[in-house]
Order: sequence, then structure tokens, then C-alpha cells
Amino acid sequence: MDFLVFQYPMITIQACLDGLLLGILFALIAYGMALQWGVMNIINIAQGDLVILGGYIAYFMYLYGIHPAWGVIVSPIIMYFVGIAIYKLVINKVVDRDLFISILATFGISILFMQLMNFAFGADVVLANSGYGTTMLFDNNVVLPNSKIFSAFISIVFAICLVVYMKRSKLGRAIRATAQNARAAKILGVDTEKVYAATFGINAALCGVAGALISITFTIHPYMGLPYTIRSFMIVIVAGLGNLPGVAMSGMGLGIFEEFADYILGTEFRIGSVFLLLVLILVYRRFKLSRKREYLK
Amino acid sequence: MNKNSWILYIGILVFGLVAPFIFPAFKVQLSILCVLIVLATTWNIQGGEMGYNSFGNILFYGLGMYLCASVQVGMFFPLAEWTESGGEKTFVHTPSQFFQGMAVGLVVAAVVPTIVAGLIGYSILGLRGHYFAICTLGLGVAAGEISGGIEIIGAGQGFTTPPFPNIGGLEARGEFFYFLSFGALVLTFIAVRAIYTTRFKLILNAIRDNEDKAEAMGIETMKYKISGWMISAFFCGLAGGIMGGLVGYIDSTDVAFDGREMGVFMVLMAILGGKGTLWGPIIGATLFHFFKEGFWTFFLGWQYVALGVLIVVIVIYFPEGLMGWLREKYPERFGEVVDEADRKAQVELK
Repeated sequence: MDFLVFQYPMITIQACLDGLLLGILFALIAYGMALQWGVMNIINIAQGDLVILGGYIAYFMYLYGIHPAWGVIVSPIIMYFVGIAIYKLVINKVVDRDLFISILATFGISILFMQLMNFAFGADVVLANSGYGTTMLFDNNVVLPNSKIFSAFISIVFAICLVVYMKRSKLGRAIRATAQNARAAKILGVDTEKVYAATFGINAALCGVAGALISITFTIHPYMGLPYTIRSFMIVIVAGLGNLPGVAMSGMGLGIFEEFADYILGTEFRIGSVFLLLVLILVYRRFKLSRKREYLK
Repeated sequence: MNKNSWILYIGILVFGLVAPFIFPAFKVQLSILCVLIVLATTWNIQGGEMGYNSFGNILFYGLGMYLCASVQVGMFFPLAEWTESGGEKTFVHTPSQFFQGMAVGLVVAAVVPTIVAGLIGYSILGLRGHYFAICTLGLGVAAGEISGGIEIIGAGQGFTTPPFPNIGGLEARGEFFYFLSFGALVLTFIAVRAIYTTRFKLILNAIRDNEDKAEAMGIETMKYKISGWMISAFFCGLAGGIMGGLVGYIDSTDVAFDGREMGVFMVLMAILGGKGTLWGPIIGATLFHFFKEGFWTFFLGWQYVALGVLIVVIVIYFPEGLMGWLREKYPERFGEVVDEADRKAQVELK
């Protein structure tokens, strides 16, 4: 434990900026989770593993001499089809069942992916070097890697594209209609099966983008998926479904929280503090709601 | 209880008592099987009967494991020096120290998780459905991550539990742990069977079926939910303590708080056998153990892939489990009255 954070304001600024840039990435993953949760009523534990898989696609491009930033384009395209495949094989059988069934089934997918990635890519921690250099701020006291700024920028671009797409396109309208009332949408001629598949595909593609960005800015490892799932779950329950500004804000808040936890408690407690925060948030909301004799639904 | 079931119980008991001598090569496997059955049966109390599907019972299991080992060491030697590398070679437990430590350790390992469950129960059990599931998942993983950062219990490098003492050249480690875990199994079975005949079980079922209605009927649901969870925690802690000694080495995320393996296994075993039945988890655990050992032997390296596929298949195609399937097929055997005309009408409908 050290309290350098409070003695040197520059470290505080560093942590805040790092957290903000990181949080935008989290928000992108959480947006995908909110989308599928809202439309299909599914909690996907394999979300984080889709992110890591997307990261490995960018990493492999880097290994074969292509600049990993192109992974931002390639990875979502591949991940879209991976998502569709997962939907066709597993998810479509659990869509209208109990939520616990979907949690457990996606937990199985998560274990499967984790191990397959471990076989295919090895158990080493890897990163794709983008060679973007760093930016120095405040008399060289605050160091920001350009790759982080790049990743935050790309995340925002993708989020805006998606919002516009959901508002304007035919599929976007169909997805929103299905989220509001699947049965009514079906009666009005929406092929909900197709909408579900597309939703899961879009979610996987978003994970692909986020994964490619993570492989550039941070590191990836086959077993690092679950924390990303938990983070996105946490962001979604704090923000609520379908509240995009809320998702962005709570994503950034979580990013800043993590950076400070890292500085104050030490890196070994970083993931632990994320999971503890989840428990605390849920318990806080439970007590807040129980005053009105309600519970989280 | 009729005559047939007495014969069945006595048969199983006798088989359990002589099993390590008939299959001496499988003593460790049989002990693990006993621990798995204990975990599945007690997960079923709050997962199957109460309807609160928890991924977090691994918290009590890991807690019990660490507590038992710490007490066993800490009663006689300084714990911090033990967990530094090579401590287990410097200090050696005499047989009486080992058994005393184990006895006290198991009591602590069972009681402390029960208290912990009682303390956190009021906050956590107010959550329902999938929020409860995810919250307990977070709790289990958080415990693993945090215990991996605590120096005195070995942090990242793990904790070697006291080695079994050598009593006059006799090699009795396998038998000792087998009978310990078999004893825990018998204790669990008797306790769970007794619970399932009381009003308490009916209240748990009422909470599962409709909690709001149960509350409206004047049942203090929170009290019963916490008690149900505490019972689970008691046996999970006990099982953890035994498993720690059996494995001989405790690592925070790979052995103790292993939410990715044991935490899912206990859910899966109960679902495979059939949630909400007495015998379901026992059959499920036995089947699962065979599956698992088969995977580990024949698909070495691919075992987790096979496991992931198994989870998906079980959850999608057999969500009611084996007992649920049998119940649908032979409802008379489960004490349900079936009207012949009704059944015929159903067949025609199909």
C-alpha cells in the first residue's frame, strides 16, 4: 500500500487519464452486452473470451507483418461470423429459457474457448506492438501511450457508427422492435430468429473491435476473459439497459476506479477489487430497492 | 422408511467401508468422489430446493481449505515461516500433532464458513435469480484473487499442507483420507435426509416456487434463506478442509477458490443428476466423476474442451437431469398419482 497518489497530484492525473481511456474500451464491450441482454434476454459469460479471441486475431496479423491497427477492421468481420456460429449452435436453444440456463451454457462456451485458445495460441501473455510512441503532458510528468488514445478514438467511432446504424437502418429498427416486444415484432413480420442471430453477431463484432484494441494497448492471455465479462456486466447493471450515455459514463468511472485500485492496493489486487466492486454494487442496489420492497429484476 | 431402503442404505454403507480394500488403486479417486458428492448434495440444498443458483459456494470450500490447513500448522508451528518456501521440511508434525490439528482444523473449517455465510447472507440473498448467480460468481473469484495476494497463507506460491505422518512404517494416508471423506459423506447424507423430511424443506421449496407468495403466507423467507445457505456453507467448508489435506497443496486460484473447475462442477453435478431431489446430486456426482476421469485419461490435454462441450450439452438437452427424466417416464415410482385416462389423452394430444 502506498499513498503516493495523494502526495503527487501528477499521479492522480495520470491515473484519471489512463482510467478514462481504458473505460471507453470497457464501455464498448458493455454496449455489446447491453444489446444482447436487452434484445435476447441473455447474459453471456463468454463475452470476455470473445474479446480475447478478437485480440488474438489482431495479434496474428501483427505476427505476419501486417500492422495490428488493421485488426480493428478485420477482427470484427471474422468475429461476426464466429458470433453467428455460436448463436446457431448454442444460443438459439437457450433464448427463451431461464436466464440461469443461459448463464451456465455460456459458462461452458467460455471454458471451451479459453482452452481452445490456450491450445491454438499458447499460454503466454502477448501484445501486438503498434509502434505508435507516447505523448508527454504536463512537463513530461504524465505519460500517455498514443496507442491508448488511438484505441479510445476508435471505440468512440465504432460506438457512434453503431448508434446511427441502430437508429437508421432497417435491421436496426427490427432489433429495437424485437427488444421492445418480440411477439409483436413477430406478428408484424420481423424474422426474430434472424434478428437474434444478427444481434449476437454484432455483439461478437464489437467484442472483436475491443479485443483488437486491447491487444494493441494492453496484453492478452487466453485466461483473461472473465474479468472483461464481469466488468461489462457491472457497467450494464449500473447504467441500465438501453442507456448509452450511462454506459459510457459508468465505463469511464470503472476505468478510473481500477487505475486507482491499482495504485493504492497494488497490482495483485486489481482484478480482485473489480470483482469485489461488483458484489458491493449489487448489494448496494439491493438495499436501496428493498426500502421500497422491490428487488433487482 | 421401508425395508427395501434399509437394505439399500446398509448395502451402500458396507460397500463404502470395504471399497478401499477391494480397489486399493482407486483410494484417492474414491475419496474425491465422496467429496464431490458432499459438494453436489449441499449445493442442491440452496440451488435445487431453494432455487438460489449459486456459483459462489466455492467461497466456503476454499475458506475451509485454507482454515483447516492454517489451523493444523498454526497450532504447533509459526505459520509465516511454514509458508515461506521449504517450511514443511523444517517443521515436522508428530502423528498426535497431525491428528489433533486435523480434528480442530476440520471443526474450524466447518464452523467459520457457516458464520461467514450467515454474515453475508442478509446482503447477498436479497438478490434474486441471475443477479444472485453473478454476484456469487464475483464473490468466489474475488476471494481467489485476494487470497492470492495474502503473504501469510502463501500468496501466489501456494501452501503445502502438513504431510501425513509416518507411523511405524505404515502407509495409511490413502485409507485415512478415504475414511475421513466417507465419514463426511455419511454425515452429510444423514443430515440432508433428515432436513428433507421436515417443514424446513417445504419452506425452501415454497421460496423456490414463488418467493413473494411465500412471504405473503407469513413465512420469514430471509431467515430460512440464510439458514439454507449456512447449511450449505457448513458442509462445503468441511469438504474443503478434507480436500486440502487430500491434495496436499493449496493454491489460491487453482485448488482452493477454483471457480472455473470445482465451482462449476458442483452446479453441473447437481443438474446432471436432477436438481431438487435427494438422490439426484449423488447419482450426478458419481456419473460426472466417471466422465471427468475418462476425459482426463483419454483426452489428456483436451479435457477442458470436452468439459466445456459437456456443460453445454447437459444444460441445453438435460436441464431437468437424470432424475427429472426418470420422473417424467415413471411418475408412479415417485409417488405421483397418474390417471390412466389422463395419460391416454396426453398421448393422443401429442
